[in-house]
Amino acid sequence: MSQQILEGLAAIVNEVAGVPVADVQLDKSFIDDLDIDSLSMVEVVIAAEDKWGVKIPDSEVKNLKTVGDAVNFISSNS
Amino acid sequence: MTRQVVITGLGMTTPVGGDVETTWRAILAGKPGIVLIDEPWTHDQPSKIAGIMAIDPASCLAPHEARKLDRSQQAAIVAAREAWADAGAPEIDPDRLGAVVATGMGGLISLINSYDVLLERGASRISPHMVTMIMPNGSAAHVGLEIGARAGVHTPVSACASGAEAVSYAARMIQQGRADVVVAGGTEAVIHPITMAGFAAMRALSTRNDDPAAASRPYDIDRDGFVMGEGAGIMVLESAEFAAARGAKIYGVYGGSGLTSDGHHIAQPDPEGRGAARAIAEALSDAGLSASDIVHVNAHATSTPQGDIAESTAIVGALGSHTENVAVTGTKSMTGHLLGGAGAVESIFTVLALRDRLVPPTANLHNLDPQINLDIVAGVPRPLPAGDIAALNNSFGFGGHDVALVFRSA
Repeated sequence: MSQQILEGLAAIVNEVAGVPVADVQLDKSFIDDLDIDSLSMVEVVIAAEDKWGVKIPDSEVKNLKTVGDAVNFISSNS
Repeated sequence: MTRQVVITGLGMTTPVGGDVETTWRAILAGKPGIVLIDEPWTHDQPSKIAGIMAIDPASCLAPHEARKLDRSQQAAIVAAREAWADAGAPEIDPDRLGAVVATGMGGLISLINSYDVLLERGASRISPHMVTMIMPNGSAAHVGLEIGARAGVHTPVSACASGAEAVSYAARMIQQGRADVVVAGGTEAVIHPITMAGFAAMRALSTRNDDPAAASRPYDIDRDGFVMGEGAGIMVLESAEFAAARGAKIYGVYGGSGLTSDGHHIAQPDPEGRGAARAIAEALSDAGLSASDIVHVNAHATSTPQGDIAESTAIVGALGSHTENVAVTGTKSMTGHLLGGAGAVESIFTVLALRDRLVPPTANLHNLDPQINLDIVAGVPRPLPAGDIAALNNSFGFGGHDVALVFRSA
């Protein structure tokens, strides 16, 4: 499950920000490692919500510092 | 002593080509890029024809870049990258580098598309990039970011005169010492049912749907309106000293500009062309030249019945008896009308005509309107004389904006 979410998230991050899929790893920080700015992060959240049918509130987005944080949130809420 | 401004880089994407070289070759060959729009939405449109960009600008960008940009911004970035590379990507203190990119309507289509998303999927599905996609200064800001410009990023908005106003604004930034290099031009991409219907409601568009290539025909007695076009033109302007110091190739010299307003009507030209004539006179004066120095005019020439006559009157009014020595062309006969991009694209054509000493023909001119008292180049390109020569580019816009630019040979 987590592996599938990671792959799906990597595809989204690639589409939104042009980051190579292989670079999107669990320990990578969206801001510091993947250079995702706050606007692109909104795009990632919208796409993830649509893909997995989850609701990711703004109050939660600031806690999603790494790709792993996002994978965990999605897998435990979808 | 005013600082001299030279042109050191060119870029464009137009209905006849995805870059400068392809576009200029098509323009010299007199090849129109107007096509029938093959979409269901045109069924009740009076005008079903337009000049669509020959190369989709999104295809020239990485997908993650394209998705954050309105089509007009995509075109501006494509043209700016070409111009910047053409200028040799000058090494410059970012505080001395500016960007001035005009548009007539900004990201209108992105706004309309976003409204569809709002209605169908709700507020939470609006792109976080929507605001920067629709703001009219978006293209200038994106081009400025692309090159790291910090001397100022600006966006003149004066309808179809916008692109020419941008070139003037950029040159003055250099003349006034605010910048040493400015990337400047105009862009537009608003071919959509709503804009086509709006211009058609003004009875401004050609309805020659059965022969798109022949629809834009400035100065011809059978002209019936302008044809919408889309695209962008960008030039790199530079102080002559800075260009010389880095050994830049020089396409031509910016001479001067004249900017006036008609004070006549919101959309119709002054039939006497007084504002336009004053703009030309001011541009000549700004350039320190006289009417006898001008050998070529790239005219605004949109192919509307009234506009072409008013401009002819203005040119004759400003240049007097010297008008007979001036080779005039209307390149919208091939590109269609790029609105906010027109003045920039046509400034580039003017600079290239001076460089190559060759005036491109006006396509589709078969029977000259007897009310036009100009020497219009038609059929084949016309050679220009050797030596120091100068040319004018006219651009006028709804709202009564009149902009004339003078360029000189390098």
